[in-house]
Amino acid sequence: MSNIGAPNRPPEAGAFFQRDRDWHPPAFTPGYKTSVLRSPRRALLSLNSTISEITGPVFGHDMLGELDDDMIVNFAKPGESAIGPRIMVYGRVLDERGIGVPGVLIEVWQANAGGRYRHKKESYLAPLDPNFGGCGRTISGDDGSYCFRTIQPGPYPWPNGPNDWRPAHIHFSVFGHGFGQRLITQMYFEGDPMIWKCPIVKTINDPQAIEQLTAALDMQATLPMDMRAYKFDIVLRGRRSTMFENRREGN
Amino acid sequence: MAQKLDRLKESPSQTAGPYVHIGLTPNFADIGGVYPDDLGAAMVGDKTKGERITVKMRVIDGAGTPLKDALIEIWQADAAGLYNSPAERRGAADPHFTGWGRRATDMVSGECVFETIKPGRVPFNDGRPMAPHLTVWIVARGINIGLHTRMYFGDEEAANAEDPVLARIEHKVRVPTLIAQRSGDTYVFDIQLQGDDETVFFDI
Ligand SMILES: [Fe+3]
Repeated sequence: MSNIGAPNRPPEAGAFFQRDRDWHPPAFTPGYKTSVLRSPRRALLSLNSTISEITGPVFGHDMLGELDDDMIVNFAKPGESAIGPRIMVYGRVLDERGIGVPGVLIEVWQANAGGRYRHKKESYLAPLDPNFGGCGRTISGDDGSYCFRTIQPGPYPWPNGPNDWRPAHIHFSVFGHGFGQRLITQMYFEGDPMIWKCPIVKTINDPQAIEQLTAALDMQATLPMDMRAYKFDIVLRGRRSTMFENRREGN
Repeated sequence: MAQKLDRLKESPSQTAGPYVHIGLTPNFADIGGVYPDDLGAAMVGDKTKGERITVKMRVIDGAGTPLKDALIEIWQADAAGLYNSPAERRGAADPHFTGWGRRATDMVSGECVFETIKPGRVPFNDGRPMAPHLTVWIVARGINIGLHTRMYFGDEEAANAEDPVLARIEHKVRVPTLIAQRSGDTYVFDIQLQGDDETVFFDI
């Protein structure tokens, strides 16, 4: 078990803040053609979180392998490494109250430097890199911070419009403390001109929300002569405080 | 002017895309040697308490075709109705049951299979017991934000009839979209993304 929550405070069990569905992409976005047949059309049934959504499993640091957070080498033959621009991606997992969230499982996946995924259904003509698998994972520390190493993925074409390309991106799955916080998103790279042309990016209506998914190049965190750094903070739903938490324990 | 609330915005969702398996079930995607096992693959062991059941799920699009690239996660209470979670304050859950499972749907049939136990009842926010249920979360290419729903059990008619969440569904004809039918030890649950039988999805 990892240490969830601040020391001397019980884990939080309040309901989550309502999701801002205008900030998230809507389900039906015809510019992204696959959404047309995969989008629910009826209104969602709104409920205050129950214990079934407030709770969630715990992921302990002890489940992580030594190289899980290093995609440069975690699939490579001994002594070799993946091809591509070496980068580290770091940041914090916060909630909507600005509080760092510890013990969050972050799983990432991405294409290689040529824009090719290691997947049996992938047929892009860019070559596979024999030393790159494309998956990594880590768990946030006590202050919500996390870091992993990888190579910068390439952009790739995909069947949607006749000439649609994905900007370079890393897919993120984020598992906080409650099942109702479950989130999958993507990280983009500062300055990439492909971001604003992408039909998947454009499922998000608010340009500020798109900027929230765009990692900043951080030359202060760079490792000289080794790798550049991109900072990417992730925000999960906040929690309401409960009566239980407003009362001091042990009084 | 009033003071600023200083709330942050939740990171906006983006689709899991067609290659979600690489990140979340790499062994299923034939990326071996990185993680020993796919997370959430085994829910029960020899010591897990409760009635063993099999749950077969599919996710079906608006043209009636099962999704072959979806990923489903379930979260449930143990046999006594307790969640194995730090936020569970009613007691200690069965230590041999995590309550969480993750499966990719089969790339040919679109089906996925969870071997689990039947959960006990847990209370609604006002204390009334909810009927046994699985909390279900679905992501896939073409799904822009993960879909939350629930699976209830067809052989729990009395509990289902008094379930406070099912009672919130205004159009009663839609209640059966959340109820899996039992045959032997197996429950079959088809999640319909669209159409007359569209599954009830939640904003929770
Ligand atoms: Fe991608």
